[in-house]
Amino acid sequence: MTGDDVASLAREFLASHDPGDRQAFLRARFDAGLAWVHFPEGLGGLGAPRELQQVVERELAGTPQLDTGVQGIGLGMAAPTILAFGTEEQKKRFLRPLWTGEEIWCQLFSEPGAGSDLATLATRAVRDGDEWVVDGQKVWTSGAHHARWAILVARTDVDVPKHRGLTYFVCDMHAPGVEVRPLRQITGEAEFNEVFLTGVRLGDDLRLGEVGDGWRVAQMTLMNERVAIGGAPVRRGGGMVGLVTETWRSRPELRTHDLHQRLLRLWVESEVTRLAGQRLREQLSAGQPGPEGSGMKLSFASLNQALSGLDVELRGEEGLEYDDWSFRRSDSVDFFGRGAGYRYLRAKGNSIEGGTSEILRNIVAERVLGLPSEPRVDKDVPWKDLPR
Amino acid sequence: MTLLYTEVEEELRASVRDLLADRCAPDAVLKRAESAAPYDLELWKTLAHQIGVAGLLVPEEYGGAGATAREAAVVLEELGRAVAPVPFLTSAVLATKALLVAGEEDLLQELAAGDVTAALVVPLAASPYRPLPETVAVGADGTLSGEVRAVAGAEIADVLLVPVGSALYRVAAEHARVEVVPSLDLTRPIATVGFDGAPGKVIGHFERERVLSFGAGLLASEQLGVGQWCLDTTLAYIKERHQFARPVGSFQAIKHRMADLWLDVVRARAAARNAADLLAAGSEDAGLAAAVAASWCSEVALHVAEEGVQLHGGIGMTWEHPVHLYLKRAKASEIALGTPGAHREAVAALADLPGPV
Repeated sequence: MTGDDVASLAREFLASHDPGDRQAFLRARFDAGLAWVHFPEGLGGLGAPRELQQVVERELAGTPQLDTGVQGIGLGMAAPTILAFGTEEQKKRFLRPLWTGEEIWCQLFSEPGAGSDLATLATRAVRDGDEWVVDGQKVWTSGAHHARWAILVARTDVDVPKHRGLTYFVCDMHAPGVEVRPLRQITGEAEFNEVFLTGVRLGDDLRLGEVGDGWRVAQMTLMNERVAIGGAPVRRGGGMVGLVTETWRSRPELRTHDLHQRLLRLWVESEVTRLAGQRLREQLSAGQPGPEGSGMKLSFASLNQALSGLDVELRGEEGLEYDDWSFRRSDSVDFFGRGAGYRYLRAKGNSIEGGTSEILRNIVAERVLGLPSEPRVDKDVPWKDLPR
Repeated sequence: MTLLYTEVEEELRASVRDLLADRCAPDAVLKRAESAAPYDLELWKTLAHQIGVAGLLVPEEYGGAGATAREAAVVLEELGRAVAPVPFLTSAVLATKALLVAGEEDLLQELAAGDVTAALVVPLAASPYRPLPETVAVGADGTLSGEVRAVAGAEIADVLLVPVGSALYRVAAEHARVEVVPSLDLTRPIATVGFDGAPGKVIGHFERERVLSFGAGLLASEQLGVGQWCLDTTLAYIKERHQFARPVGSFQAIKHRMADLWLDVVRARAAARNAADLLAAGSEDAGLAAAVAASWCSEVALHVAEEGVQLHGGIGMTWEHPVHLYLKRAKASEIALGTPGAHREAVAALADLPGPV
């Protein structure tokens, strides 16, 4: 299938469907194989190369679009995992409403006792005939309050080492025993939730992959999460450093020599980091994927923290204020609309979410630099015998 | 523009690297540094004649390669990686750029051929952004008198290029007094250059900021090479070295430091490539790019060298292990052609980040 074939399919589709009815239009687009062209026919795709998707997007620009924010977990993590490990029935059941946004997905992975060491998670799923009974607590779940379904990793065998006793499920977020509570952050608002699972009964037809194979299935999900962290192009002096320099230029009375020296250092670091990102994108498009990607998130986290901290300090009296402590839900990170205090506090999460900076340094050291891992004390020990 | 290396650049790198691997191994460099002739002029001749590095920046009509700052930067990366004691930076970059800016042609041809070596008589510590100390004067008879300290590459130069005010003078080396002083950097020693009524000839204008900023922007690539060697060598060492029955590189306290150093070097490469690319294009942003690269790569090269000494433990403190050659080069280069702080001050002006009023 060529780009021209895909373009003419998209044009034919557009000629015969009314974009005015959003939901009907998106359903029909899925059925026409124009949702994600690299998916198989019958599942929203055409079995075409992934890069032809942009042809479809071009042809269908201006028609109803997906909400990539609230649908992000579904599209980016659940869908590729269901496609790779789901049964035919599961793919048929879940992918269409996932794509159209009629059903929102969330991710039940992290737990209070399992952050960096995800494989040590303790949420139990115990078999009961054709069902599984799930008990445990999950945390840092964005969108749980919107979600119809969740991707869930739970422990089904406590007698084997931690990586081997896990099983992957689709969790029905409307099932009895699922309780979602907003998790208030240091910024005052709640971007995330805690999810309590108490005697939640899931049919065995909601299991994704084999019993005990959950870690391998979860790797597929996490691999797709890492792909998403790359960083978009920024112009010179833009992004977080731009917010600080705007204040710096417009408020000369705030300037001191000490702040000036620190600002210049951070400006230079922002610029070299921006250039490294640009170089990385060049390498990727030239087909030479470099290891540089692993480091970009480390740099952005520390720069965001240092710059937002400097911003608050620079503002003096105004830095003592805070724009809004109210406890409300929020679906996104708003670095540009909110105050300097919010940015300072929210940036603290940048070195924790999506892999802590410490874990990322291990990844760079082991996978890029080829250094040996620390001796593992938990590798061959049954999960139930691990100190917790 | 691209921040990657072109195929031609990679070929140039490979031929320089092969030659240096053969002729400029660390123990040979150390031995030479201890001798009375720290520069390897045989190696320099081979580099100049076989690979043509001496005339890289000289236009083809004057017998040069007509290449750009991008190719010169690649050569500097390799020379930095080997702390090669050759006058590429001083003759083929700084003196050559001064001649190009001054509009001189004859000497350029001789430099391009690789038979003649020149040095720009300014302190290696000269900043692109500040007037040079006025220590040389022109007498009524047109001869030069005075002294310039901390000049690099002068003792092996055939021709000295001496800025006096806004004029650039040409002085034959035999008319100058060149005294090498014990130098922090063993592989690029400095000398005091004195003139006592030396005959000189004006060859054109000296544009300090343009010449020295070009040099600083390219020195960043040499610093990248120094940093890369220190990173690679330290990495290899901590994989081999065992303590407590483990490679020391398996300790998280070491791994995290290495990850940070790697990330610094990754960004140094992007900064150095960007500076070389914009200097090659004569972009109006070249000055800013050079200042960014100079301040970042200076500090990164030094930091990686310092960490390299520390992570080598006792052996890193010995004269026998070559890491000290890189530490000394990195520390001296931090001062050369503007300190990191001087370049950040330039960033303040160029990126509209003014200081307190």
